[in-house]
Amino acid sequence: MEDNLIIKTEKLTKRFPMGKSEFTALKGIDLSLGTGEFAGLIGPSGSGKTTLLNIVGSLDTPSEGKVIVLDRSIGNLTAKEAARLRKEKLGFIFQNYNLLAVHTVYENVEFPLLLLHIAGTERKRMVLDALEWVGLTDKIKQKPPQLSGGECQRVAIARAMVKKPSIVLADEPTANLDAANSHNILQTMVKLNKELKTTFLFATHDEKVISYLKRKIYLLDGKLDKDETVSN
Amino acid sequence: MKLALKLAYKNLIGAGLRTWLNVIVLSFSFVLIIAAKGILVGWDRQAKLDMTNWEIGGGQYWNINYDPYDAFTLEDAHAPVPSQLGADIEAGDMIPVLIAQGTIYPEGRMQSILLKGIDPDQTILELPTRKLDTLVGATPVIIGSNMARANKLEVGDYVTIRWRDANGTFDATDICITEIFSTNVPTVDLAQVWLPMDSLQSMLLLSGEATLLTFRDREKPRDEIANWKLMSYKALVQDIEEMIKTKSVGQSIFYTILLLLALLAIFDTQVLSIFRRQKEIGTYVALGYTRREVVGLFTIEGGMHAVLAAVVGALYGIPLLIWFARTGITLGVTSADYGFAIADTMYPVYSGTLVIGTTLVVLLTTTIVSYWPSRKIARMNPTEALRGRLQ
Repeated sequence: MEDNLIIKTEKLTKRFPMGKSEFTALKGIDLSLGTGEFAGLIGPSGSGKTTLLNIVGSLDTPSEGKVIVLDRSIGNLTAKEAARLRKEKLGFIFQNYNLLAVHTVYENVEFPLLLLHIAGTERKRMVLDALEWVGLTDKIKQKPPQLSGGECQRVAIARAMVKKPSIVLADEPTANLDAANSHNILQTMVKLNKELKTTFLFATHDEKVISYLKRKIYLLDGKLDKDETVSN
Repeated sequence: MKLALKLAYKNLIGAGLRTWLNVIVLSFSFVLIIAAKGILVGWDRQAKLDMTNWEIGGGQYWNINYDPYDAFTLEDAHAPVPSQLGADIEAGDMIPVLIAQGTIYPEGRMQSILLKGIDPDQTILELPTRKLDTLVGATPVIIGSNMARANKLEVGDYVTIRWRDANGTFDATDICITEIFSTNVPTVDLAQVWLPMDSLQSMLLLSGEATLLTFRDREKPRDEIANWKLMSYKALVQDIEEMIKTKSVGQSIFYTILLLLALLAIFDTQVLSIFRRQKEIGTYVALGYTRREVVGLFTIEGGMHAVLAAVVGALYGIPLLIWFARTGITLGVTSADYGFAIADTMYPVYSGTLVIGTTLVVLLTTTIVSYWPSRKIARMNPTEALRGRLQ
């Protein structure tokens, strides 16, 4: 893999069984992303953006073609290796936040670090740092049901960022948020992208998100339609 | 593992009322199994103790022809007391007992009985044989309270008995009830009359003979004696052990049903959890868990019901079981109904093995029941789980 390149797909095809036939969600996608990019997969529902995001996130495997993420071929990873990749190098942000409801904000953000067996003092510092990035240090003892949607998504960002992953994959992160909260969240992510050089890859069709992207990758019916880089 | 335990505990506590309902039902099973088993252990112990004290001592020598379950063997089941046992008898460590068939005529009725001759000075058995040394106008006898109740006999009553002596000749005499004793051992009570050994030997024309010999010391090695069968303590309590084993099986069915109800609730909770918590499962996978690890987490979570149930059960169970062990339980049956040694009030005995064994059984079965539905997670597609789309 070339220097600086952390995601590369070659002729990526993904098919899903649909009754007796098959549905092709991705049709021969060729794509490369470098370190520190702030890019988005843009397209209407059913265009294949979430499928592509899931494969890059090693939650799914390609039917055909190659997907290389951080020098690892996703199609050849064992379940354990894929889990390790997610645990160590990838962060996820979901449309519905997917926070653990019975855990406090602090515990939710701490969780990825527990999986990495990071020692107590260091872990605490990292959690508080992450919560400071998203401005939630005053809510550490609250639980997700006590938070607003915007706050939940900020917790989810802190959870994704706390281990300083190489790539953050965000699937429609603003879909359940109002405009003010969406901008707030996006500004936080832009800041983190700049400060930590983390690569962000979004799946979205939200104009607000699109306006923040430095690279816009348009998908249509499972094919790469357009790939635009926004100049500063 | 530590993280899984911490997570499982948090998730369980977070589930609130559902968890506590399961835990309470399971804790009932815990306490009930221990209580019920405790009764059996207590019964077993009490029955053996009563049998030891009232009937079998540390073991017996039986005349080779003696069969306690066949009254017809009694006619030939006697022989002179072996001379090699004389020293033990002299020291009071062994007592000969002579047994014969007879008939009693209380209030003009006729009742078959066993006539049992015993030394009034014996100290091996708890039978109040000293009362056989009473001077009355007929042969002094002692009987058990069940025998007295069945024949409407009281202390001081005179009644006629009849028997056949060694020559086959029928004879009869009057006896006087000098004591009525209360015992939980029906085999020394029901349809039995205890007489002084000398009197019975003389009545039967069997001077110096006995049917069986009961010894005091269980541990002392005993020699085999020709025409006498050595019955060890273990062999003599075998019947009561068999009986309790049978009771135990019946009781196991009862608490297995109770345990199954509790396990069903946990199984149901697990199935529901897996259906309702798909997004959470997907999230664990996205954060770096393998599906197998999530299966492990859910299994621990289910199995932890048993741990919480043990804690909750201990909170109310320990004081309850201690109280129960002190006050005992009155079953409303008597040894006469059972034909076996059974106390009016039984005192349960709880051993460490019983408590630990029960805890392990409940923990293991709960974990298995929790694992069963959790296996479904291993087949889940995490991307579908994340969206909560699985059926």
